[in-house]
Amino acid sequence: MSEISATPEIKNVRDFVRFFIRELKPRGKIFTPFNVITAPIMLLGLVLIVYRFAAGLGAVTNLSQEIPWGLWIGFDVITGVAFAGGGYVVAFMVYIIGGEKYHSIARAAILSAFLAYVFYAGGIILDVGRWWNIVNPMIGREFGVNAVMFLVAWHFFLYMVAAGLEFSPAAAEWLGMKRLRKILASLTLGAVIFGIALSTLHQSGLGALMSMAKGKIHPLWYTEFIPVLFFISSVFAGLSVVIFKEMICHKVFKEQIDEEHRKSFPDIIVSLGKICAVVMFGYFFLKVMMFVHDRNWPYLNTPMGYWYLTEIIGLVLIPCFMFVHGAQTRNLPLILTASTFTMIGIIMNRLNYVFIAYNWQIPVFEKYYPTWMEFVITLTIISVELWVYRWCVNRMAVFRKPPEWAIEKH
Amino acid sequence: MDRRRFLQIMGSALAGATGGTLLTPRTSKAQEASKHREFYGILVDTTRCIGCRRCEKACAEVNNLPIPDISEQTNETVLQNIRKTTDTQYTVINPYDTEKGKIFVPKRCMHCNQPGCAAACLVKAMKKRKEGHVTWELNCMGCRLCMISCPFDIPKFEYDKAIPLIQKCNLCYGRFLKGLAPGCVEACPAEALMFGTRRKLIEEGKRRIAQNPGKYVHHIYGENEVAGTSHLYLSAVPFEQIGFRMDLGTTPYPEYSTGFLYAVPFIFVLWPIIMLGMSRMTKKGGAEEHKEATGHGEEKKQGKG
Repeated sequence: MSEISATPEIKNVRDFVRFFIRELKPRGKIFTPFNVITAPIMLLGLVLIVYRFAAGLGAVTNLSQEIPWGLWIGFDVITGVAFAGGGYVVAFMVYIIGGEKYHSIARAAILSAFLAYVFYAGGIILDVGRWWNIVNPMIGREFGVNAVMFLVAWHFFLYMVAAGLEFSPAAAEWLGMKRLRKILASLTLGAVIFGIALSTLHQSGLGALMSMAKGKIHPLWYTEFIPVLFFISSVFAGLSVVIFKEMICHKVFKEQIDEEHRKSFPDIIVSLGKICAVVMFGYFFLKVMMFVHDRNWPYLNTPMGYWYLTEIIGLVLIPCFMFVHGAQTRNLPLILTASTFTMIGIIMNRLNYVFIAYNWQIPVFEKYYPTWMEFVITLTIISVELWVYRWCVNRMAVFRKPPEWAIEKH
Repeated sequence: MDRRRFLQIMGSALAGATGGTLLTPRTSKAQEASKHREFYGILVDTTRCIGCRRCEKACAEVNNLPIPDISEQTNETVLQNIRKTTDTQYTVINPYDTEKGKIFVPKRCMHCNQPGCAAACLVKAMKKRKEGHVTWELNCMGCRLCMISCPFDIPKFEYDKAIPLIQKCNLCYGRFLKGLAPGCVEACPAEALMFGTRRKLIEEGKRRIAQNPGKYVHHIYGENEVAGTSHLYLSAVPFEQIGFRMDLGTTPYPEYSTGFLYAVPFIFVLWPIIMLGMSRMTKKGGAEEHKEATGHGEEKKQGKG
C-alpha cells in the first residue's frame, strides 16, 4: 500500500474523469495472497451470477416452496445488515453523545456500513425472482405502505444515502474539493440523526418481516418481540464487526495509522468490548424473560432445544463473559475471540429465523442446504466489497489523517 | 442559532414528519373491505367429495396449466399420498384415513378475509379484491415474503424460470368478472362445492349441520380461523384428522405486524428530537461548535456564528 497521491486540482468534469481513471489503477503488489484467493472466486462468481439471471433461481440455489429464503437473504442481506450496525452505533457514540475517544474509528466504521449496504443489501437483487421490478416500491408501482417490507426497502435505500453523506467529506478531501467538503461536512449531524432513526427501524424491521411466519418458526425463536431482539442484537453484532475489522485493518493498513491512533487503539477496543458485554447481557436477559414468559420449558429437551441453548449460551452468554474478562485484563486477543464468537452467534440467529428454525418440522429430504454455487456467489459479494473497501482506504483518509487543508483548528 | 443550523434541524424534522405520515399504517384495504362488502367464496362439503379429481382437471383447463390425467387407474395411485399444491396445480384432492373411513379433501387457496400474503406485499401485487378474491399481479418483484406469511403455504414460486411468476388459485377472478362460477365448482359432479357469498355459504353450512347433526362436526372451518376465509369447509370428522391446522387462532395475520408498524411514526418523530437534544447536551464548548466527519478527534470546526 503506497503513499497517498497529492491533492488534485479538479476544475471541471474532464479533470475529474482523468483523475478518477488514474486512481482506478491498483496500488501495491498484485499477487498478494488475498488477491490470489479472491480473484478466481470473483471470476467464477460472476459467471454464476450471469447463469442465475439466465436460468432462474432454481438453477443455482436449493430454495424450495417450503424454504423460500436461503443463504442469500439469511446471510448476505439479513446478517450483512446486522453486521453493518456498527455504522450507526459508532456514529451515535461519536456525533451524538460526543465520544471523542472513538473519533478515530468513525470513518472506517461508516465506510464499512455504507459498503455493506451497497453490496449486501444490494445483493438482494440476486435473490428477488423478478429483479427488474425492484424499483417498483420506489416509483409507486404500487406503494404497499402497510407492508413491513416496503418500509425496509425504503429504509435500506435512504440509509445508503445517509451513510454515503456521513462518509462524503472523506471523498471530497480525496478529490480536493474544498468547498464541497465544507457543504457535505455541514450535513453530517443531520445525516447521522436521520441514519440512526432509519437504522433503528430497519434493523428491527428485518425481524418484523418474520412476524407473520407465526406457526412456522419454532416457538423457541418466535415471539412478538422479534423486532426488539433484532434491533438490540444489531448493536453488539455491529460492534463485534467493528472490533474484528479494526483488529485486522490495524495490521493490514499499519503504515497508514499514525502514532496517536496507534496508542489509543487498545483503549478503544477495550471500551468497545465493554459496551458489547453490557448490551449482550441485556439481550440475554431479554431472551430469558421471553423464554419464561412464553413457557417454553417443554421444548428445551429436544434437538431444537439443544440448538437453541448452543446459540443463546454458547454464542451469546459465553462471548459476553469473554468480553468482560478481556476488558478487565486488557487482553486484546481474547476480545477478538469474543467478537468472532459473537459474529458466529449472530449468523446462527439470523439463519435460524430464515431457514433452520423456520419450517423446522418438514422432513429431512425437504430441508434446505445451500448449494456450492450459493456459497461462491456469497463469497464473491464479500470479496468485491473488500476490494472496494481496500481501494477506498488506500486513497481516502479512512485510517490516515485527512489532508492539512481539511483540518481547521480553532 | 444560525441559518445553516436552523435548516439542518428543519431538514431532519421534515424528513421525520414526511416519513412518518407516509408510513403510518392505516386500516388495511382488507379490513375496510370486510366491513362493507360481501365476499364471495366456496363452501366445500368434504362428506360429499368422491375424489374424482374433476375439479383438478377443470382448474388446469381454466388456468392454462398442464392437464392432469384423471382416469380411474391414475387416480388410484395419485390418491395414495397427501400432496401439496404446486406452481402448476392450484388445487389438489387429498385422501385421509379417518375414524369414518377414507375422506377426500380438496385443498387450494383459502382466500383469507385479511390475507397475510397481501399484507406482506410491498408493491400490492398480492391483493384482496373487494369481491373476496386474493389475486396476484405482474408488478411483483419476487421477494417471496407472501410465501413466508401465508399460514396455509399457498403461494408457489416458479424457481425454474428466468421470468418467474407466483402461482396460486385466484378463485377464478377472470371468470367471476364475466359472471361465471369458478372452474372447479362447475366441474364437481357431487355438489361438494358451492359458490356464493360468504354469508350465504355460512348459512348453508349451518343449515346442513343443523339438519344432520350426527353427520357433521359442529364447526365450519374458515368461519373464524385467521379471522375468516372465503373457503369454508364442512367435515364429518374433527378437522385435525383431515389435515387442517387447528392452532392458527382467530387473529387476522396482518395484525402480527401492526405492533411494529405502529411504532414506526413514533420513532421517526421522537428519535431525531431525542438525538438532537443529546447531541446538544453532550457538546463541549458551546452550541455553535460541531464536529464533522474527519478521521481524527482533535479537529473541530467552528460554526459560522
